[in-house]
This record gives sequence, C-alpha cells and structure tokens, in this order.
Amino acid sequence: MQKVFERPKSLNDRPFHYCPGCGHGIVHRMIAEALDELGLQERTVLISPVGCSVFAYWYFETDNVQAAHGRAPAVGTGLKRANPDSIVISYQGDGDLASSGTAEIIHAAARGENFTVIFINNAIYGMTGGQMAPTTLVGQATSTSPYGRDPKFAGHPIHVSEMLASLKAPRYIERTSLNNVANLTRTKRAIKKALDLQNKGEGFTFVEVLAPCPTNWGVDPGEAIDWMESTMMPEYPLGVFRDVKGAEVKS
Amino acid sequence: MKVLMKGNEALSEAAIRAGATLYFGYPITPQNEIGEYMSRRLPMVPGGAYIQAETEVASINMVYGAVCTGRRALTSSSSPGISLMMEGISYLAGAELPAVIVSIMRGGPGLGNINPEQADYFQATKGGGHGSYRMIALAPASVQEMTDLTVLAFDLADKYRNPVMVLADGNLGQMMEPVELQDSYPSTHDHSGWALTGPKGRKGHTVTSIYLDADEMEEYVHKLYRKYDEIERQETRFEEFQTEDAEVVIVAYGIVSRVVRSAVESLRQDGIKAGMVRPITLWPYPKAPLQRLARQAKFFLACEMSMGQMVEDVMLSVNGVRPVYFYGRSGGNVPTPAEVVAAVKQRM
Ligand SMILES: Cc1ncc(C[n+]2csc(CCOP(=O)(O)OP(=O)(O)O)c2C)c(N)n1
Ligand code: SF4
Repeated sequence: MQKVFERPKSLNDRPFHYCPGCGHGIVHRMIAEALDELGLQERTVLISPVGCSVFAYWYFETDNVQAAHGRAPAVGTGLKRANPDSIVISYQGDGDLASSGTAEIIHAAARGENFTVIFINNAIYGMTGGQMAPTTLVGQATSTSPYGRDPKFAGHPIHVSEMLASLKAPRYIERTSLNNVANLTRTKRAIKKALDLQNKGEGFTFVEVLAPCPTNWGVDPGEAIDWMESTMMPEYPLGVFRDVKGAEVKS
Repeated sequence: MKVLMKGNEALSEAAIRAGATLYFGYPITPQNEIGEYMSRRLPMVPGGAYIQAETEVASINMVYGAVCTGRRALTSSSSPGISLMMEGISYLAGAELPAVIVSIMRGGPGLGNINPEQADYFQATKGGGHGSYRMIALAPASVQEMTDLTVLAFDLADKYRNPVMVLADGNLGQMMEPVELQDSYPSTHDHSGWALTGPKGRKGHTVTSIYLDADEMEEYVHKLYRKYDEIERQETRFEEFQTEDAEVVIVAYGIVSRVVRSAVESLRQDGIKAGMVRPITLWPYPKAPLQRLARQAKFFLACEMSMGQMVEDVMLSVNGVRPVYFYGRSGGNVPTPAEVVAAVKQRM
C-alpha cells in the first residue's frame, strides 16, 4: 500500500499542545515539510520565542534554542554569524516581534542577516491571556482593550511587512494567511522559498502569516476564519512586499 | 616580549588570542576602545565577525546565539549598558551557556558620568538579573590582569558552562602598562555534546531555561547550585599582602587595591601592622582568608570607589567577629593613599 500522508521527518512524534483551530501547529508542519523537501533538516537550528510557541522545540527534529521575549532575531544573528553553514529559523509571535522585539527585528532586517523569520500575526497576545498586541485591530476587544482598541490613545496596528520592506537589505518579504486552502498553499510556498533563499545565502527572508487564535478571540475555529476574512485581511493585505536580489549593492 | 598597551585594547587582543573571534557590542564610554579594536581586527581573523548591535539588549542576545554553536564570543559595555544586559545574563545562566561579558564601570546611578567607579559590584555579584543564579566575576588590578583574567574568564565559562564577567573600572580600561601576551591560548573544551550546529548524524540538541513543573524547576535550580558550590570550592582567587601579622586588614579590589598597597606600606612605616586582602574573584568571594584573619585582626576596612558594596561581603565573611569599617569615594574620585591611612588611623 502506498503511503500518501506521513509526518515530515523534521517533525517528531508528539501531539501539538495548541488549542483547536490555532495557527501555530499548521505553520510548524509547513516549516517541517519545507525543510524535508529542501533537505535542510540536518543543518537547521530553530529559535523558539516567548509566546504560545515557546515549546516549538518540542516538535522539531532540528537543533533548538529558546530565546528571551523579542530577542530571537538577535539570537539568530549570533547563531548564523557563528556558523554560516547552518539554517536558522526565528519563529515569533506578534507580541514578541512587533512589540518587545521591534528593535531586534528591524536591525536584523536592516543588516540583511541571512536567516529566515516566520512571523505569526494573530493580532493578540496568546500566551498571557489575550491582551492587546501592537497588531490588534482598531475596535478589536481584548483583555486590555475591553471596549475595543481606540486609536485615540492606543494608536493603530503596526504593519511589520510593509515597514521592513522599506529597508534596502531584506531579500524577500511576503504576507500570507491561513484562511483557506489556496492561502495555505501560498503560505507553504512562501516558507519554502524563504528557506531556499537562505540556503543560497541571499539574505534576510521574512514571512508574515495571518493566523487564528480562536481561544483569545473568544470565537470557535470556524468563526475565527470568518473574522480573519472580514476584518483582519482587509487591514493586512496579502502579497509579496519585497523580492529583490542584491538590493543592498545598488546605491 | 612586553608591549605597552591600553587596558581595553590589551583585553581585546587577549580575547581574540583566546579564540573569541565574534564580538557584539554597542558604544559606551569608557569602553569604546574594545569595540573599535575588534572592528579593526576581527575582519582579518578567519571566521571572525564584528557586529555593532542596535542595543546592549541585542548584544547579549547575539552572544547567547553565538555561544550556542560552541564558539567563543565577547561583549562588553559599561554601567547603563550592563543594566540592559541583565535579562540576557539570567538567560545565559539559566540555559547554562558559556559567555564572557566585560563590564568597565563608570559613575552612576542614572546616566552618571564617564569617570571610573566600582559601584556595579552588586550588579555583577548579587544577581542583577532575575532568578536564582550566579555569575563568576573576575576583578583585574592591572593591564596584565585585564588580559590574564580575560583568558581565564573564557576558560571558566567553558569549564562550568556559565556566564563570567570581567569587572574593571574605567581607570583600568584607559591606562597604559606593559603586558605580555601569548600568541594563542588554546582551549580543550569539547562542546559537541550540546552545541547547536544542526542535528547531522545525531539527535537534536536543545538549549532552553523553561521548566513549567515546580518540582522539575526546583531540581534544575538545585543542579545549578551544586555547580555553584563546586565553583566556590575550586575557583576562589585572592591575593594577600603583608597579612601574616596584620592587626588591621584592608580589603580592596581592582584599581583601589593599588592605592591600598601604598597605604599599607606607609602605615607599616608608622608602626601600624596593616595588611591587605585583594579579592580576584568577586564571586565566588574569598571568605576563607577573611575568616582566618578575623582571629588576629583588630578590625577590617573595606575600601571601594562606591558608597559601599563589597563591604557587605566583608561583613558576611567576618560575621560579626570583628568590626568592619568602610572608606569610599564616588563620582570618579579615586581614594588616595593618604586618605586610606587617615581612615585607618581614625579607627585606631
Ligand atoms: C520580558 C518579558 N516580558 C513579558 C513576558 C510575558 N509574555 C509571555 S508571552 C507574551 C506575549 C506573547 O504573545 P505573542 O508574541 O503574540 O505570541 P502568541 O502567544 O500569541 O503566540 C508576553 C508578553 C515575558 N515572558 N518576558
Ligand atoms: S491561545 Fe491562541 S495562539 Fe495560543 S495556542 Fe491557543 S489559539 Fe494558539
């Protein structure tokens, strides 16, 4: 009998601890598949952030390191500069990357560090119980914006992909979404492309993935997808924001 | 062959010769010579990299990543910058990573000034970062020791898989003295059992410091503390000067120990049996010589360029057996031998 579906060898045999309908497990699997397909598993070091994916290292058959809140791009810089032959993945949530670690992500991108960042944007702080994130939408109710995010005093969401795309060094920046099959396919393709570019030494690659957090959005997994489509995706347009080879040499 | 070098530069060259060919740091006076020296030298060293980090928060986390690969890396800073590194140092200790941090102390608190002080002793020896951990702290007193203790720092960091701080004041960073350096300082430490280089031909390695279960966390902290006990037993270092018959024991480290040496000689000329204990490791602290001297000394005097920090460790060591006094200067003022002599005579 032919096997049509099996666990990627870059993932180990441990059930995900994430909530039903969470985006993290889906993206973990895509990263593992991409590593398998590109033959990179043996050289990979994955950085787990602080957030719901703090234990991402439970699942990956790679080398793993857990980083302080927001600091994964700095840790990635150290890992990659010390061992340029390795494949380094910085896996981060939106509180981690767009708030605590804003300086680290901007400067790693600005230096054109040759590693890959997978940025899970679920518009909320998952692990700490659903507080407002820098990516929380205007009007979105969270445990620290109980009346909805009010731009008068809480400002507007940060668009990280657009912001990083204004820099000269990054090689590839794309935003994708987990809302339907076509976009799942696009997400996987983007992750694989980013890892492939890293493997070729082409520079900083960044994939922002819009992901559901049904638990802290207070909805069921189906409603979470509806909300992504009706509210989140209009605020965060999908697409490739940068795909420029050797951009930094130009001026 | 001895060469004349500035403390900060001699330290940098020693680090490179000890194999630390990765440097991450952010500019701050009075330690800028370290980053500048590394930015000149490291591009010429095979596998070398100098990165000017965006902040000290990033510097220490770059070190965290780099040492995960089993390679040696260095960061350096001064007081406010070291404050920013405290979370990272706690993570290094918690994840049992070997790292060397150079702290060239300046005046504080707050922005303070760029003059030399010793007011970051607490920060180096009493935690600073969060949680139950210990960092080895080495205190050079000459440019030669800036190099020797830097080499030792890398060795101890590798041996115990623990962060080690070289704690010096701005004077030592800035002054020039003759130093002798070896061509290289080979390391024999094997990191292949845990380092993160990709899981080729083996199971994956993990570096982390999170233990959710209370018992598991406690067991891990106990394991760390067994290591710290071992470090206390094996690695405590100090120097004694004219203590055999000392009735007055002055305790000082770093640049102040050089002032105190003159003060001891001058007190001896005046017929006062003075001696000095100079801690070289600030943690682990040399309690044993102080306990022994408490049997013969009339009193102790801790001398520091701060409002009194190490004096608390002198008190803990002497444990109420004899009086412990303090003399210190602040703001970048270095105590003079005459001031120290006067401080002793005042207690006689
Ligand atoms: C220095 C520091 N500040 C705050 C925290 C608490 N903390 C843990 S997870 C988290 C937010 C995580 O949210 P996000 O990055 O969006 O990831 P998610 O949980 O949604 O996947 C925060 C603030 C911490 N661990 N360390
Ligand atoms: S809280 Fe949200 S992000 Fe965290 S595991 Fe649950 S669904 Fe996923």
